[in-house]
Amino acid sequence: MNKLVANVQEAVQDIESGMTLMLGGFGLCGIPENCIAALVEKGSKDLTCISNNAGVDDFGLGLLLQKKQIKKMISSYVGENDEFERQMLSGELEVDLIPQGSLAARCQAGGSGIPAFFTPAGYGTEVAFGKEVRYFNGKPHILEHALTADFAIVKAWKGDRYGNLLFKGTARNFNPLMAMAGKITIAEVEELVEPGELDPNTIHTPGIFVQRIFQGEKYEKRIEQRTTRERLTVND
Amino acid sequence: MLDKKGIAKRIAQELRHNWYVNLGIGIPTLIANYIPEGIDVEFQSENGILGMGPFPFEGEEDADMINAGKQTITPMPGASIFDSATSFAMIRGQHIQLTVLGAMEVADNGDIANWKIPGRMVKGMGGAMDLVASADNIIVAMMHTNKRGESKLLRQCTLPLTGVKCVKKIVTNLAVLDITPQGFKLIERAPGVSVEEIKNATEGRLIVEGDIPEMKID
Repeated sequence: MNKLVANVQEAVQDIESGMTLMLGGFGLCGIPENCIAALVEKGSKDLTCISNNAGVDDFGLGLLLQKKQIKKMISSYVGENDEFERQMLSGELEVDLIPQGSLAARCQAGGSGIPAFFTPAGYGTEVAFGKEVRYFNGKPHILEHALTADFAIVKAWKGDRYGNLLFKGTARNFNPLMAMAGKITIAEVEELVEPGELDPNTIHTPGIFVQRIFQGEKYEKRIEQRTTRERLTVND
Repeated sequence: MLDKKGIAKRIAQELRHNWYVNLGIGIPTLIANYIPEGIDVEFQSENGILGMGPFPFEGEEDADMINAGKQTITPMPGASIFDSATSFAMIRGQHIQLTVLGAMEVADNGDIANWKIPGRMVKGMGGAMDLVASADNIIVAMMHTNKRGESKLLRQCTLPLTGVKCVKKIVTNLAVLDITPQGFKLIERAPGVSVEEIKNATEGRLIVEGDIPEMKID
């Protein structure tokens, strides 16, 4: 098994304008920084991006938004990005805001052969508009469909040439789910290791879901809200 | 009346030993600072951590360890990390004993609106719809009136809904109220606040029975 590609340019070379992409990350945590930069450079346009958030104005998906490369976003929360809100309110950008749990489940379903499922989230709200409602245990649920993408772009802590991935901390979030749901999944990793170095018990995403993997570089890992607490002086 | 910390302190009194708790962004996150003596709770953060702990010391911030509000945090001993589908399985599967979140409007039947002001603020619902649709025990933490002095406790929500008939209890800067089939029921007054003040600030149906005690907060 050798899913290694030489670099990010090779990884994204056949991503074309008009395609649907999934991008992992929660806020700026666990985002595929190298692939996003490569897409900005490539100039692919009219993209539909499925990602929980939209980055901030000058980092993450915000970079693609700034260059007007995104036609449509499917996300659960876009509050950190003023440019996003502006483009959305002005009608330049099409937006589907969907509940975070439904987004997660729809990506997982997309990679799992489950075409649709019922969830209580969003019942009675505008999210339910046009969707079938069914009662289970006396409680209303709405029908949601699976999400898939031409390319899923994920970011991991460690990976090997089999495509096995291990994530770190809360940088995991949507990455394992989106990895399942891409027709082609690209993984950028902080540390590329030899097969056998990752203990099989610790692998979060089995390599079967990943088609391309490369060693990422120069991760900024920007922190959105650097919150700290004070040290107590003497005995802490 | 109470400030944000006071509201958080009062809601912290509702925590019970061994509960799993989800705290929304804003006022609810302050609740973690006031856990009553002698009880253990575990905080779940929707982005994939159970056992969320305090902010790190300066210089020890980890970009890969954040909460739902994108703030840097630390894990408690016994914490666990998981993906977003597992996180929402905990939430939707009713494994969490208490959900606390903010709101723009709450109706007297328990409807809640906290994610969109059409044409003005459309940040998105994040995990709020999953949380309110699934949780048995939902407490709303909010100011009783908005910046224009209008009541946020209404007969009917005017803003797009996050969930229907789901709120159980509200704690505001003026009062503690339960949601009943007959509307808002006044349970406690904030220190120094009169029943009259609360009536004037509440647009929805308000039931006041008997003597209403004052909140007991340190």
